[in-house]
Amino acid sequence: MSMRNLTVVTCALAIAIGTGAALAETPSLGKPISQADLAEWDINILPDGTNLPLGSGKAGDGAKIFAEKCALCHGDNGQGGHAARLVGGPPKASLDGGKTIANYWPHATTLFDFIRRAMPFTQPRSLTDEEVYSLVAYLLASNKLIGENDEINATTLPKVRMPNRDNFVVQFPDRI
Amino acid sequence: MRKSRHVASPIREVAGNGLLHRRALLRSGIMVAGAMGAGAAGALTSAAAEPLIEAPWSLQPGDATPPYGHPSRFEKDVVRTVDNPKNEPSGSRARTPHHLLKGTITPNGLHFTIMHAGIPDIDPAQHKLLIHGMVKRPLVFDLDALSRYRTVTRVGFVECGGNSAPLFSNEPIQADVQALHGLASCAEWAGVPLATLLDEAGVDPGAKWIIAEGADAPHLSRSVPLAKIMDDAMVAMYQNGERIQPGQGYPMRLYLPGYEGNMNVKFLRRIQVTNQPGMTFFESKIYSDPLPDGKNTQFYFVQEVKSFITSPSPGLRLREPGVYEISGVAYSGNGRVAKVLVSADGGKSWGEAALDEPRLPKAFTRFSMAWRWDGGPAVLQSRAWDEGGNAQPTREQFVAKRGQTSKPPSVRGFPGHHFNAITSWAVKPEGEVRHVYA
Repeated sequence: MSMRNLTVVTCALAIAIGTGAALAETPSLGKPISQADLAEWDINILPDGTNLPLGSGKAGDGAKIFAEKCALCHGDNGQGGHAARLVGGPPKASLDGGKTIANYWPHATTLFDFIRRAMPFTQPRSLTDEEVYSLVAYLLASNKLIGENDEINATTLPKVRMPNRDNFVVQFPDRI
Repeated sequence: MRKSRHVASPIREVAGNGLLHRRALLRSGIMVAGAMGAGAAGALTSAAAEPLIEAPWSLQPGDATPPYGHPSRFEKDVVRTVDNPKNEPSGSRARTPHHLLKGTITPNGLHFTIMHAGIPDIDPAQHKLLIHGMVKRPLVFDLDALSRYRTVTRVGFVECGGNSAPLFSNEPIQADVQALHGLASCAEWAGVPLATLLDEAGVDPGAKWIIAEGADAPHLSRSVPLAKIMDDAMVAMYQNGERIQPGQGYPMRLYLPGYEGNMNVKFLRRIQVTNQPGMTFFESKIYSDPLPDGKNTQFYFVQEVKSFITSPSPGLRLREPGVYEISGVAYSGNGRVAKVLVSADGGKSWGEAALDEPRLPKAFTRFSMAWRWDGGPAVLQSRAWDEGGNAQPTREQFVAKRGQTSKPPSVRGFPGHHFNAITSWAVKPEGEVRHVYA
């Protein structure tokens, strides 16, 4: 038996054993799917930057996209409309309101994740990754969290230091 | 002086301002009925009942039986309040009318719901659930496949993390129990334990979290510790015996007994197993609150022990002095309700309420207490304890820890989350019930 065949047999055996336990009790009716075939749904961005796509963006391009696709709800320059204010606001949030990107959001990666999955409100998932990077750069720059010409990409985004990052207390740490 | 005060009653008062022994509503029901009748007779004009006649509906055959039953047309006002009926481009909330319901199960059409971008119209034949990430085998399940799995059934509440948020106001907001506490409901959920599906996919030993995602337009996503998922998480497909309602996540939702409503992701389409939380929009911004010490809450998870009186409550006027049932719901995301105390004098004295069985963990428990209202001012409160020994805080205790607004917010606003302190209803001499802080 060649080395390659031995490997195949070993793998097959491992799979048989691996699924054997599950088969004994549960139907095992899930259909296997490849990474390539699930990629369209694989949109979670983790705070360490895991799963950020290729591409990049800058505030200048983001400003144009914002005016075209976001300002209708979020106001000119992100000053707020019937949807949340995204630029400026009070230095600190309180129970009277005022949670902003600058004073509240602990992770910059959340901006990419949320804009890509949920925005624009009436056409979610319509933005390209480049457009999302540009919008994230625009919002970070407008909130003075990065420079006007800083490039936002998979490497730079997780490194943006959000001011409120260390001010959160996990309520039930024993449940994690 | 009111005549009702002269009525001799066999029921012992257990606390100030007319709270009666809890057995008044149970074993000694007949005696209470007697006392009630005498009290009412004393307060009313004592007119005898009208002579009885055959009503029109008794003199001809009735309507056809519909394929799907609906409440009587006389119950048309027992509905949710909806704050975005025209589906403007923003969120929408529908609140449960607790003051018009009894028991512990919320009818499906009255279960509260919050949508962040409308209710998707999902074809169940095309809906898929993907499990991937830190697993040996990424798997896709459809409804057909899940129908072959052993289902589990469990009664439990779902409560929005923002339920009762108006009580963060520095001044009591005048609103009814539906507006104040209507973002909590309780149903029987049936579905497949998520642990079964994860076991089939083969979870990596280094995994610690999952990120659940919905198939709605915002692709709503929340992180949940893997420990909770393996403990009692369910892919719920049935609600009170029928397929879950569109507003509850048709055709399937994540059900996490006792955990913050928003984490119970609706229209569940994806579970990614990870080694870290996603720090999603809803967990890192929305369901996180500033604390008085400058810090902020994060990963609150549990809807802690809570109770509120549903009757009497604002909008339900007391028509005359006499015996009433004080009734309400209590629940805890930590387990069963162990005890509920009720006060009619703003917390000066307390009597123990009767708890209806079954008292299920992480589910509504109905409590009741007999009360003889003498027509004077009263402040009604309820306070619950769960089997873990956790006590529902007074509002003062809660505010010391969590803070309050500096000016009253909109009744529809969400200044804070996870409010579980005592609610106080003041009964005015004319019988009106008002929301107060006491």
